Amino acid sequence: MPYLKSLSSVLLAVALLLVSSLAAAVPAIQNWRTVNGVPVYFIPARELPMVDAQILFNAGSVRDGDRPGLAKLTNALLEEGAGDWSADVIADRLDQVGARFSANSRRDSASVSLRSLVNPRYLQPAVETVARLLQEPSFAPDAVERVRQQMLSALQERAQSPGAIAQDAFFKALYGAHPYASPPDGTAASLNAATRAEVQAFHHRYYTAANAVVALVGDLDRPAAEQLANALVGALPKGEPVPPPPPPPIPTSQTIRIPHPSSQSHILIGQLGVSRADPDYYALFLGNHVFGGNGLVSQLSQEIREQRGLAYGAYSAFAPMRQAGPFLINLQTRNDQVDTALQVAQATLREFTANGPKPQILEEARQNITGGFALDLAGNGKLAAALGGIAFYNLPLDYLQTYITRMNDITLEQVKAAWQRHVQPDQLITVIVGGSATPAKPQ
Amino acid sequence: MPHYRMIIAALGLTLTPAAFAAAPVQEFTLANGLKVLVREDHRAPVVVSQVWYKVGSSYEPGSLTGISHLLEHLMFKGTADVPGGEFSRIIAANGGDQNAFTSRDYTAYFQTLEKERLELSFRLEADRMRHLLLKPEDVAKEAQVVAEERRLRTDDQPEALTQEQFQAAAYVTSPYRHPIIGWMGDIQTITPDELRNWYQQWYAPNNATLVVVGDVEPAKVRELAEKHFGPLPPSTLTPPKPALEMPQLGERRIVVKVPAEVPYVVLGYKAPTLKTAVEPWEPYALAVLDGILDGGNSGRISRNLVRGSQIAAAAGTNYGLTSRLEELFTLVGNPAPGHSNAELEQALRAEVARLRDELVSADELSRVVAQVVAADVYQQDSLFYQGMRLGTLETVGLGWKTLDDYVQRVQAVTPEQVREVARKYLIDDRLTVATLEPLPLDGHHPPTPGLVMDHALR
Repeated sequence: MPYLKSLSSVLLAVALLLVSSLAAAVPAIQNWRTVNGVPVYFIPARELPMVDAQILFNAGSVRDGDRPGLAKLTNALLEEGAGDWSADVIADRLDQVGARFSANSRRDSASVSLRSLVNPRYLQPAVETVARLLQEPSFAPDAVERVRQQMLSALQERAQSPGAIAQDAFFKALYGAHPYASPPDGTAASLNAATRAEVQAFHHRYYTAANAVVALVGDLDRPAAEQLANALVGALPKGEPVPPPPPPPIPTSQTIRIPHPSSQSHILIGQLGVSRADPDYYALFLGNHVFGGNGLVSQLSQEIREQRGLAYGAYSAFAPMRQAGPFLINLQTRNDQVDTALQVAQATLREFTANGPKPQILEEARQNITGGFALDLAGNGKLAAALGGIAFYNLPLDYLQTYITRMNDITLEQVKAAWQRHVQPDQLITVIVGGSATPAKPQ
Repeated sequence: MPHYRMIIAALGLTLTPAAFAAAPVQEFTLANGLKVLVREDHRAPVVVSQVWYKVGSSYEPGSLTGISHLLEHLMFKGTADVPGGEFSRIIAANGGDQNAFTSRDYTAYFQTLEKERLELSFRLEADRMRHLLLKPEDVAKEAQVVAEERRLRTDDQPEALTQEQFQAAAYVTSPYRHPIIGWMGDIQTITPDELRNWYQQWYAPNNATLVVVGDVEPAKVRELAEKHFGPLPPSTLTPPKPALEMPQLGERRIVVKVPAEVPYVVLGYKAPTLKTAVEPWEPYALAVLDGILDGGNSGRISRNLVRGSQIAAAAGTNYGLTSRLEELFTLVGNPAPGHSNAELEQALRAEVARLRDELVSADELSRVVAQVVAADVYQQDSLFYQGMRLGTLETVGLGWKTLDDYVQRVQAVTPEQVREVARKYLIDDRLTVATLEPLPLDGHHPPTPGLVMDHALR
């Protein structure tokens, strides 16, 4: 196969050159604090006359306490009224300058994002609006009621989705009594019981300067960026920093089958992975790129889809959070193929954990990550997403500059050792949603 | 030829003088008919390369529905020079990102790579443009994968299933009535010979557009394109038959009953596109109307139905002005708890009636314009999207320059024109309504829709 041979020689020859040209292209992160102490992370991007701003708070569902959904309810209500502005006024103020606003709530963080043109005539009204809805959301009773109903409707949508049911069941089994088990979308009982006073108290406690970070990417010089950050969050009360969540306990391995009237079963297999700060994360990530994180090329996809046609998608991921996030394998297959797919997935995981990746395959996965690094940062939107993660998880300022070197320094033995430390193929949590409650008989 | 855009709002608000021109596009055509479009974007050392074929589900006759999408899957299954699976592996090992997508009007393949590796993309794409193997055993296995994809995306998703049934009811003779992924029975019975014919019929340089966006020199791109795609022979192309939709003679309604929790309603009015419109301004007026109803949280649907009457838990509109054939202007939504599909349908129809009866306000129009002006800048942040826009316009036969004056066209739309398109197109006789009526999710009876079961697979 002369064609392939010539390709792989190209591949090796270009590898070194590539690393240096890409590293040079990685932008430097600037970092300072606002007048009230909020850390700001900034990457100038002068080519397009626009800016992306993200403000993240330690205010995700991990703070829900005994009221699942409270974090999300609070976050969703920010744009529904602030000071004497109604939701209609806020919507008008943002739309008439072409700004894009969104609010998101996950397990660790809750955030708001703004994309705007940088011309002050458009940027300024948008920034004023976002600042006000962070500082003085009104949580008007009718808005609380309306968003409560919308979240109840979204919960019903989850109840008709086998994938969503599987995810909720998996997190519940994985985290037990730990706050990461709390479903970010809440429960019907909890949403129905939530009060305006609880929302106000949640906002008061968590949407503070001590609990926030700002990530900015866009067509601004440093003084303009400093001014923007101060305008967005400079008036937030100082507040008290909140402690990180406790480390989760080791879960019990188990298999959960949930019937659902679907033609496919959704399968989640996994266990506790690592936290964002765990030094093993990078070796696990690199290994996972071989195992199940790199699309059709990964071993899991090869075994499940390419060799056997059992599923459309078969993936795995470590999803690190402030504390240990999950390691999980996800696939969907026709109900009568569940047992076959399960066996193949488990066997593939056992083999990979026991033997580690083959050297050539590991190098190809590494080159995908390092060679693809510039792709992940091409565009303000992608840069802003990366910067938000760096800011929220307090990653070092040279995180982007050192990324390729860090990936290149990981040895095959380190990958194998990290997997054997963190992955126990006989201690898995398995959730199967679909078909009937009893295992399907192969046809 | 930088085309500086005059961005001055027609009404009230004076918009940004920071009119921001996207980089110019270089266009050339190889001797074998392959059209090449290159847009330079030097922000990062990255390039996106896309090959667009003029074929998609709207080209498919009945019994072969889904063949374009199935063929797209099989394009990764190997040639004589690059065996099955190697395409993905080579791109991945070179730090690349790649995928493909099939739509009603096009099939496209793309790679994103570090800029020095553009040639790799060209070598591999040129190879599979004319030399695909299409082995019977690969066809059988990939049909199973696509069947799983269909279960995942459509069969087990009550709203997607409703949308599919809705399209099939709204169109009678237009090929837009068929789902892109195909009906299950067709997916499972398309033969290797049929795929081979489809491939030979449509996969040729003179039926393709190569779009390159990124940190490249157009002259170098041309040289590489000549080298790799230049030697490929063209085909004799037979354009698809017009397959025009027959005139609708009155309102249509269907009900979809599947296990689900949340009711859902879809309303669709037959509407022209840039390609089919007799009056060139009409699609722009429909796009503005789309923005009036659903342009952000200030749109009428959010303001009046989600917040005002609170009949909708979620609702929105959709209109694609770049489709090759006559489109549907659709309104969709979930009633809020305590409200019914019928109430939501009435509320949506009342909003449409208001557009027929009243002129939209200057404030509303200026908000739509502001959003379009801003979006015109935001869109330039994504290499992929820039390529997507060029490729779509060229492939549906509009030509890639078509939306260069989009901002001005939208600014030129008057309140009277919005009312006129509402009166002409958003009328009951052009309407199809589909409602999802949930059946209990009791969990013990997997649905058995009239689909060919998998053991019937060859």
